[in-house]
This record gives sequence, C-alpha cells and structure tokens, in this order.
Amino acid sequence: MALNSTVKEMRLLSLTDAANRENWQACKVTYGAALLKLATERPEVVALDADLANSTQSSRIRDAKDESISRRFFDVGISEQDLVGTGAGLALAGKIPYVNSFGVFLSGRAWGQIRVSVCYPNLPVRFGGSYGGITVGPDGPTHFAISDIAILRSLPNMTLVSATDGAQVPKIIEATVDYPGPVYIRMGRVPLPVVTTAETPFETGRAYVYRKGGGELVLYTTGHSVYDTLEAAEILATEDGIDPWVVNVNTIKPLDVDTIATVAKQVKRGCVVEEHNIYGGLGGAVAEALAGSHPLPLGFIGIEDEFCESGEPMELLREYKLDAPGIVERVRGYLSK
Amino acid sequence: MKTKAFPYPAVKYDDAALEKLARRLRCDTLCMIHQASSGHPGGSLSSVEILSTLYYQYLRHDPANPERTDRDRFVLSKGHACPILYAILAEQGYFPEEELCHLRRVGGLLQGHPSLHIPGIDASTGSLGQGLSLANGVALAAKLDGSDLHTWCLLGDGELQEGQVWEAAMTSAHYKLDNVTAIVDRNGLQIDGKTEKVMALEPLAEKWLSFGFHVIECDGHSFSDLRRAYDEALATKGKPSCIIANTHKGHGVSFMTDQAGWHGKSPSVEQLQAAVTEICGDKKIESSCMKTVLGEVKGGGR
Repeated sequence: MALNSTVKEMRLLSLTDAANRENWQACKVTYGAALLKLATERPEVVALDADLANSTQSSRIRDAKDESISRRFFDVGISEQDLVGTGAGLALAGKIPYVNSFGVFLSGRAWGQIRVSVCYPNLPVRFGGSYGGITVGPDGPTHFAISDIAILRSLPNMTLVSATDGAQVPKIIEATVDYPGPVYIRMGRVPLPVVTTAETPFETGRAYVYRKGGGELVLYTTGHSVYDTLEAAEILATEDGIDPWVVNVNTIKPLDVDTIATVAKQVKRGCVVEEHNIYGGLGGAVAEALAGSHPLPLGFIGIEDEFCESGEPMELLREYKLDAPGIVERVRGYLSK
Repeated sequence: MKTKAFPYPAVKYDDAALEKLARRLRCDTLCMIHQASSGHPGGSLSSVEILSTLYYQYLRHDPANPERTDRDRFVLSKGHACPILYAILAEQGYFPEEELCHLRRVGGLLQGHPSLHIPGIDASTGSLGQGLSLANGVALAAKLDGSDLHTWCLLGDGELQEGQVWEAAMTSAHYKLDNVTAIVDRNGLQIDGKTEKVMALEPLAEKWLSFGFHVIECDGHSFSDLRRAYDEALATKGKPSCIIANTHKGHGVSFMTDQAGWHGKSPSVEQLQAAVTEICGDKKIESSCMKTVLGEVKGGGR
C-alpha cells in the first residue's frame, strides 16, 4: 500500500475545530446508530449483548420499532463466555453477529471463546469492543481495557481496528461488515475530540499519515490518542522545532507495514503513543514490524505497566501523561536520552 | 417449496446394522488412536451408540453436500471424543477413510480435536464447555429463519464443571430453544478420577431440570433406549431437552471399561489386538483403517 501523498487528502478537521467541545462525540452513540442502519439494510445482521446494551448502544437494535429488526437482538445476561459462543453459533448458521460488551470483559473474560469458537474457525463475528483504554474513567482499573490489544492481536485470523473518534465509527462498520473472518472494533467510552470527517478515508488494514514532518521524528498512534498526538506534534513543532510525522495506525492487525516502514525511513527516531499498556500493544506491533528490516529507535508512550486508578477521563489522561502536554513531556524525555 | 430429501437418516440402518457398525466404529477408533500414538479412547468408546444412533437414524445430513443450510447440526462439545465422530464421518463418505490413519499427524486432515475445516464437522471444539453456546446460536438463527433444523450437542459429564455450560443452559431455556438437545455422556469419569470425587455433579438431572430443560435419562449403550430419548426430545416443544445418557467409559473393551486411566492413552500393539479381538467376537468386521493399521501391526511395520 502506498503512502497517502498529502495530508490534505485526509480531510481532517482543524485542531481548533477538533478541540471545540460542541464537536465531541462518543463512539457508542455513532456505533448504535450505524448498527441500526446496517441491520436495516442487511437482514443477516444480528446483535448480542451481555446486559450492557444501554452502555454499548446495541439497545438501538433491541428497541427498534421494526419488529423484523428488534427480533435480531439477543441479550444473554451477564455471561460473556456464552455471549461470544452464542455469537459464534449464529455465524455458523450464516448470520453476521455484532457481539457487544466492554473491551475488558470481551477480551479478558471470553478470550478462550474468542480463540476457539471464533478465531480458529475464522467466523465473521464482529466485536463491538467499547470502553477501550483508561478514559472509561470513574469505574476504575477493573474496567480499564489496557491489555486488550496485546491479547487480541496474538490471535491468528483476528482483525483489530481502532476507532479514531466517534465520527469514524460508521465508516468502520461499513468497511468491515463483509471483511473475512473476525473483526474487533476498539472504541472509547466518553465524548472525545473528533479529528476525522465523513471524507476522511478508512480502509481496513491501512495506516494513514495525518501529519507530514521533517527528518527527526515520527509519532505512531491509534484510537483516541490520535487527537492528543496531533496536538502534541504541533507543540513540538512550534516550541522545539522538531516537526514530527504523525501516523494513525487505524488498523492494528493486519498491520500496514509498508506505511509504517516508509515513514520510518525518513526519520531518525520514533515514538508510539497509545492508551494501552506499553507492553504488547501498538508499540509492540510497530517494533516487531520495523525490527527486521527498518530498525528505528523507538520510545513507548502508554500506560507504564500499572492498573491506574479511578478518575474523570480527562483527569486520567493528564495524570498518566497521555494528553497533549503529557505526550510532549514524554517525547522530550525520550529525545533527551 | 419441498425440501430435497436427505440420504441420512436411512431406514436400512436398523438395529442389527447399527450393532455391526458399532463394532466396526469401535475398532476404527482404537486403530486410529493406536496409529496416532495419542488420543482419547475412553470417552470415544462411551459415545459410540449415542453417535451412531444419531448419525444413522436421526440427524438429517448429506455427506455429498456437507454445507447444506437446511441440515441438522451436531456440536461435539466434548471434542476429545472426535475419533469416533471421524470414524462415522469417514464411513458415511465425508472424507476418504485413508485420512483416519493420519489422525493427529502433520499434513493430515484430522486434527486432535474437531475443526470446522473438516468436511462434516459443524463446529470447532476441544476447549471444554463451549459447545452448547454454539448450538444455541445455530438454534437462534434457525428460529429467525423459520427453519426446522434441529441442533444436537454432546457434552461430557466432567465438562459440566465448566461454568459456560450453565450460562448456555440458561440461554437455551430463556429463548425456549426446543430445537436444541443437549446429550450428556454420563460415564462418571474424568481425567483425575470419578466425577463425584473430583467435583460432584449430582443431583445432575435436577440441575438440568431447574435450569428449565426437559430431562430424559436413558441407557447410553442401548439403541432402543436412545431412540426413545431422542424421540421424546424431538417431541418436546417450548423448552430445550437434556438427555442424560448413562454410559461406561471405554465400553466394549473389558480392560478399558470404567477406567479413568484410559481417558487419554493410546493402546499398545498387544492391547489393540486384544481389544479388536474382543470387540469383533465371532463377527467378521472389516474396514480400510483396520486393514491398514492391523496390517502394519502384523507385518511389524511400526
């Protein structure tokens, strides 16, 4: 895959517009709407939940006025293992199931079911993995999904997509509905800045250059960290004269090694920024991709192998240095080594 | 629209035919496991009558068209018993019998546990506890589609210690899945010993009953009693059925019967020959798998 030639063609919102709270969106809201639209168009689409339908917004299917849609919703109660297995069974019978829960429960409580009942037979189950990262907020460490990327990307046949923002979710749903095999869509919980627009390209398996820079540094990032990383890049350019590249690794698996390597060749160093443990997440994926043929010194900016604590989402990003000022501080720290 | 007839079930498989087939399937199972040098004879032999009654007399399926969407489905939740299922599928023509001799071997079709890519296998299983959820999913889809297909799921009794089984049992009953029948191979043994000693399951019938199932107990080695149970399950409407099939692990081979040690052990040459002699009795039983494996044994090939 070729590098997108210009950032302009990404048709991103300006950072000023992105920062405007009136534009912020929660992934679950756009997810629920997109799912309903899809179910309306595609009779083989079904939705499942494990007692979190209101939180994941799979409730949009459950509460659909059209009975031919609402009958395609199944709540299995608080039982994630059965949730995934039942979804797999529906896929065995030709349905396209959207299996919904919090990321920490899907990936953590039903990993064995995702592995044997879904990934091994390569069934087209779609996972709506809401509540990714630490911006889950006040519910605290038990509910943070900071190991999900690590344990899901190690599963053969799994495709792992990371939603940049609420605006991108419908695009992802549309692009992945007929993608072969299982697809996990990682999404955040709360309303957060929106970077993409309806014209921003999304193709499963592609990474995109969202900011072109100079010969010094590339910042690889994913999900909601894309906004903060773009902000951080502006600060670094203005205050430090570094002018970093920013690459949105929109699909974590399969990884767009071409784009990642092409940018790596233009710079001296890189950092990976993600709302995930520094072990095994996007950082690991990028390092694995580059180590063999395009080695690049890399810094890892994420959760420093700790469970973290409860707090408001924005407070937590500040506390764990994953907001723009925090990322700037950590990049400077890395570059000064 | 009238549905095209299925080649199975077929009337020609009466009890006399099944009884002969069961001997052959037992021999095939043991030959395969011997040839593979590993596998699970105990729980395979306890399931022989359960599965042969199902696959020859009940399950609507078509070996020439394994993907027919209107076929009944079978989920082997106790995936380690796959040698007996593979033996049946080979006998019915889903894949060449030759494959049985390559069980668990690199390059072979037949994996150590069931895989969806094997013709005739309806679900990947082997990590215990996952099958009933899969069966429920198929059954829910069938209800959505207005299909009358029936979904059968065979579980081991030790497997019932997995929590997911009971999550799934709640789902079967909650959605009134009368197109699901769970069969429990109640052989009373698991790897570490007797189920009641390792982690007690009794009162088992009451457990399924309280989870909302219609519960039927039967002799899992009697074709006629299994038929009574299957008929009752198919006739039960408005709720799922659970058949507790009382069996003996290693049934048919005296030195394997009711021995937990034969859960996952391959018979030696001498043990295989003794077992085949006992199973066949005065009957002449033949299969290409037996010919290959026992031929090699006689010729000192292995």
